[in-house]
Amino acid sequence: MTDPSTHETAPDAPIEAIAALTDTKPLAPPRSKWAEVWDQFKSHRGALVGGIIFITIVLAVFIGPFLWTIDPTYIDIRARNSGPSWAHPFGTDQLGRDTLARMMAGGQTSIAVGLTAMALALLLGSFIGVVAGFFRRLDGPLMRLTDLFLALPLLPLLLVMVLLFREPLNKAFGPETGIFILIVVAIGITSWMPTARIVRGDVLALKEREFVLAARSIGTTNFQLIARHILPNVMSPIMVSATLGIANAIITESALSFLGLGFPPDFPTWGRLLFDATDYLQQYPERVMWPGAAISLTVLSVNYLGDGLRDALDPRIRGR
Amino acid sequence: MLTFTARRLVTAVPTLIFISLIIFLLLDLAPGDPTAQLPLTIPPEVRQQIRESLGLGEPVHIRYFLWLKQVVWTEPLHYISEATGLFAAPEGARLISWQTRAPVFDTVLERLPQTLRVVGLSYVVGVLIALPIGIYSAYRQYSVFDQAGTFIAMIGYSVPPFFSGVLVIVIFSVQLGWLPSIYDTTLVVDDWESFKQQLRQMIMPVMVLALQTTAQISRYMRASMLDNLNQDYVRTARAKGLGEWVVVMVHVLRNSMIPVVTVIALGVPAIFGGAIITEQVFKVNGLGQLLITAIQASDIPMVQTITFIFAILIVLFNLIADVLYGLLDPRIRYD
Repeated sequence: MTDPSTHETAPDAPIEAIAALTDTKPLAPPRSKWAEVWDQFKSHRGALVGGIIFITIVLAVFIGPFLWTIDPTYIDIRARNSGPSWAHPFGTDQLGRDTLARMMAGGQTSIAVGLTAMALALLLGSFIGVVAGFFRRLDGPLMRLTDLFLALPLLPLLLVMVLLFREPLNKAFGPETGIFILIVVAIGITSWMPTARIVRGDVLALKEREFVLAARSIGTTNFQLIARHILPNVMSPIMVSATLGIANAIITESALSFLGLGFPPDFPTWGRLLFDATDYLQQYPERVMWPGAAISLTVLSVNYLGDGLRDALDPRIRGR
Repeated sequence: MLTFTARRLVTAVPTLIFISLIIFLLLDLAPGDPTAQLPLTIPPEVRQQIRESLGLGEPVHIRYFLWLKQVVWTEPLHYISEATGLFAAPEGARLISWQTRAPVFDTVLERLPQTLRVVGLSYVVGVLIALPIGIYSAYRQYSVFDQAGTFIAMIGYSVPPFFSGVLVIVIFSVQLGWLPSIYDTTLVVDDWESFKQQLRQMIMPVMVLALQTTAQISRYMRASMLDNLNQDYVRTARAKGLGEWVVVMVHVLRNSMIPVVTVIALGVPAIFGGAIITEQVFKVNGLGQLLITAIQASDIPMVQTITFIFAILIVLFNLIADVLYGLLDPRIRYD
């Protein structure tokens, strides 16, 4: 973004202007936008802690299996239903499978679903938002489409979609990849609407700015205008909706698994583990805690991260 | 305002028709077969007759219009004629569930009170808790209370109902044994003892749903109050010597409630959707539980109808929110 004050010449104070011109380099060392963003982000303690916790969870889930090498599907029926011990820090389930290993395997799936579904929703939302904001003729139909999607009862439809497409996709891609694709696509195409609306609003405002006019006047094509001038300027709302999208996708996937319409039991996710543990709620109440706490902590940290990012990326709040 | 309301009502109709089409076509692809659970000794031609008797022999568009006619025309008329007795019930078959072989709407109406009692009460409780929290958080911005409120709201956003529900069951039913973990819908409230029991079994589901509501509404209330507290009219009111209570609770609150009321209206359909999970956790046999069992049994007419009812709720409350906004805020003029 251009700062108008640096281009101003001061006609009534020519000496100062000449003095300024003799400076060969800026007085203060130049700071990139991202350094400013990082400074603001650091000052938001919740966001910093949230970010650290989220990165820790992701690392634990993806690197953990290399350190804790018990196979999550290994059945040790003699050690079933055991409580926390050194051999099984989180205990074992009704088939004697190690809960820590299952938690890590489940976390990989849950976080992978969260990230992929978020990416898909973001891609769709940004595309529709930019196109609707930029091309006036498409604005009406695309926004009606967005309104329509917002009026759909999403959870029932998600359940129905899982019910419908589970079998064909299982046949086509195998049970694990099939359900993964299904859940990611289902969550992706039902959660792009808020992003599209926010991006469209920002694009509408940006389109009227002078730098867009300047770019157009030197013959920039529409595609380049969007790629080089519009998209970089709508990155901040997109990034904020990205964090919220991860949280939303993880919760939705867990909810589907919890209702028994998500991943199959031998392919654990946090939601599925929670669902399986509720059967043993009376006998082993601690078993629901691990997956439940993992989901809640992940979502909480991502939400705080998003909160901090929103403040850090907003130039009006930054520096205050 | 009246023309705006009328216009919105008219535009809601194509939206609903389009949504119903999406729901119908999506479910029409479903692999479920209503004769799948009948004994295998039934010969195929009888099976075909059963399918045709359920209206499955017709092409898709005919079945769609028949279904739509049943949902929006035959069924309401049936209930009106039953209630008033002014005219005979309309001819034509009612919408039959494949699972129970009973009219879909009878089952829905049977389940509705449970959902309304739990969901409706929790929404009211959630709003009643949220409003004072939001007001005080904004009035004492960045105080300890405000920080705590923000944190609790964050937790309310982040802890999904299927975990908070299970968590309260573990604490209050398993560990402490104070409250029943399963909602008993057969309970008849006729004396003080059964009333207390009803109250006890409602505490946990209402608490879980109210946490979600409180988290959202209290944040909106706080933001809306903050917007208004810094305005000039507040300074004027204080300068005229009005008491702090009157300034905040009359002048600021009334203006801040405008967006919050619309948010409350918009949240009603969402809470019905969220109740699907909560009902599953506490085994409340309400609408959400009916939907889940219908989906698992591939009871297509039931799923189509309940999903469409949810869609109607969303469109209706969107409309209510829009109209309320215009009614409450004289600056908003749609015409």
